[in-house]
Amino acid sequence: MRKAGDIIGQESRDTYSICVGPVHPALKEPVRLNLRVRGERIEHVDFELSQVHRGIEWMGTRRNPIQILYLSERICGICNICHTFAFCRAVESIAGIEVPPRARYIRTIVAELERIHSHILWAGVAAHELGFDSAMHYAFRAREKVLDVIENLTGNRIMKAIMMIGGVRRDMDKGQARLVMEAADFYSRCSRKLEKIFLGDPVIKSRTRDTGILTRHDCLALCSVGPTARASGVRKDVRQDEPYGAYPDVGVKAMTPDEITGETRGDVYDRIAVRLREIKQSADIIGRCVKDMPEGKIAHEDKANVLLGELRGVQGEGIGRHEAPRGEVFHYVKLVGEEAPYSWKVRAPTYNNLLSWIPMMLGAQIADIPVIAASIDPCMSCTNRAVVTGPGRRQVLGQDMLHDLSVKRTRELRRGLRP
Amino acid sequence: MIEGLLLRTALVPIIACAGILLGLLYRGLDRVLVARMQSRVGPPVTQPFRDVKKLLLKENIVPRDAVGWIFNSVPVIALSVTVLILLYLPFIGMEPVLEGHGDLILVIYLLLIPSLALVLGGFSSGSTYATVGAQREMVTMMSYEFPLAVASVSIAWIISAANPGIAAFSLGAIAMNPAWAAVGPLGLLGLALLLLTMLAVMPGELGVAPFDVAEAETEIAGGVLVEYSGRNLAMFYLADAVKAVVLGTIVIALFLPWGIAGSLGITGMAAVAADAIFYLVKLFIVIFVGSIFIRAAIARFRITQVVKAYWGYATFVSLLGLLLISLDMLSRLL
Repeated sequence: MRKAGDIIGQESRDTYSICVGPVHPALKEPVRLNLRVRGERIEHVDFELSQVHRGIEWMGTRRNPIQILYLSERICGICNICHTFAFCRAVESIAGIEVPPRARYIRTIVAELERIHSHILWAGVAAHELGFDSAMHYAFRAREKVLDVIENLTGNRIMKAIMMIGGVRRDMDKGQARLVMEAADFYSRCSRKLEKIFLGDPVIKSRTRDTGILTRHDCLALCSVGPTARASGVRKDVRQDEPYGAYPDVGVKAMTPDEITGETRGDVYDRIAVRLREIKQSADIIGRCVKDMPEGKIAHEDKANVLLGELRGVQGEGIGRHEAPRGEVFHYVKLVGEEAPYSWKVRAPTYNNLLSWIPMMLGAQIADIPVIAASIDPCMSCTNRAVVTGPGRRQVLGQDMLHDLSVKRTRELRRGLRP
Repeated sequence: MIEGLLLRTALVPIIACAGILLGLLYRGLDRVLVARMQSRVGPPVTQPFRDVKKLLLKENIVPRDAVGWIFNSVPVIALSVTVLILLYLPFIGMEPVLEGHGDLILVIYLLLIPSLALVLGGFSSGSTYATVGAQREMVTMMSYEFPLAVASVSIAWIISAANPGIAAFSLGAIAMNPAWAAVGPLGLLGLALLLLTMLAVMPGELGVAPFDVAEAETEIAGGVLVEYSGRNLAMFYLADAVKAVVLGTIVIALFLPWGIAGSLGITGMAAVAADAIFYLVKLFIVIFVGSIFIRAAIARFRITQVVKAYWGYATFVSLLGLLLISLDMLSRLL
């Protein structure tokens, strides 16, 4: 492990090492990029994760599934619906719980509201990284309305706490439906306006066009997900490929840049275009959902203790997938008939997307680092895991060590299984 | 003679204070106006004064790897030279204090020094970010120098052609003889292009967006200034604020030198006051166009785009302006 001081500075006559992060104005969350540059050009990229490990999965295996719901919201502030949604789907698939149709629609509406707010936030951050603070403030003002609607629906602006295993916790009345419809109309228009600002501005275009290109080939090889993959022309969207919630009724089509700008280059500009058009897509989905919302129950079981009792009786493994604003989020849960799950594993979309930084940044300029880093919409606290800390030592578990640990664990399990 | 010298000496601290106060006031206006353009409330106009006060109270940290004497001396140089330039300029509508001791060419050379101080400070601070910032500052500086020189020399040329025997590069003389009056329609167009060039050079000189590559907060974390804190940072901040006034005053002297008292028919002290107020208004307009508005309207360029903008577009426009002016001169000779 290198020390913080020794990688900064001159390495040879004409290349420099620059270290971006873990704390740097270009980054909203801690990650460390080690770059070798020649003049302004980047020649080598590497990054170090696990600067913000919190041990949430470990905490989860000591709590019951309903407590985990609230814990999983805290994995990430912006994607709090994504993680609870995926976790609920995993547990529901184990227990064979059928979610009432009305609850599926409400879940979809809230998830899409979250996508709108996340994408607008991202657009603001991207503008800030480009040094265009006016566009950032415009985007943040546009984001206020969706936050107000979310607050009206769920009681909170960010931490929505509306998901429940087998349904949702709050119903939507007529007044709220009207508010949501208004917001959907507003964001249909707003997305056009944002597109005009971000895609029409010549300086933004000159900074982002052909910057940070991720080819379709690299994208497939690195398993990128979400808007990062779609901007490279890979039609990949959980809502389209494996519809859940109300998405089968609505019919979502993965958004690729050729539908917006007529061509797919896989650069930062395409990623901006895809995200901004997805705001409109989300607004349309919300509109459909509110219009077609069925009546009925909103939860499989109202009483939490009854539900817990039911879950205590089930055994098995399940996965839950959800298309988060950043891409596919994936939860694995194993219940063994006890209060707490035996295992809970979270794979956030940023984990897949991070490696695409390397092909994007090679050959770019230092000035492009912030916007390329931001263009995959990284969410570090979702991603970090596997770090061992203690007084005087800090170690990231590498592949070898993880392999050894897995082998050791398997042997222990085998021994335990013997009669 | 001695009295005149004494009077001038007495004026120096007054002008220095006025320059700093005015610079900070316009900086405050800048922050409020940019905030309003971004649909924010923004800080009070007095915020820059508070910032400077706070910075002066803060600890002055010198990094271990820095070259201490350079690192500590360049902020003083930057501030003192920026204030010194004011003495050569017709500040607040007055005749320059050092009239006859230096001219436009000296001012253009002096304008380099604050930027050079930034470059030296960046290189001496021992940080990679500051090194990148200093390289960028140097490149930016070299890029806008030529269009700036073309604009200045053209004005002097017009004035010397119109008033033979005058010290054409003297700022007092330039301010007394508006160049616009001395040219025909082609020349007017040329002058307009030169004014445009000067306004385009302003954000580069001041290091504001879209030319804030040397400080680029999100890229290199403050660049040249990344290691500066406390008193040293306060001096760079003040130098920056005064530089806005300096550049505004240069643009006013070269392109908008008229007073208002004559046309209003005011005389005596009232005339001086009216001209001073008119100067402040002009200064505000120039700073608004050359710095405040452009800062809110455009994203940051890459350093390669900065070079292209100045070496390419700004140089082309300034040369075109010069060409039009020479055609105008020729047409009048014939």
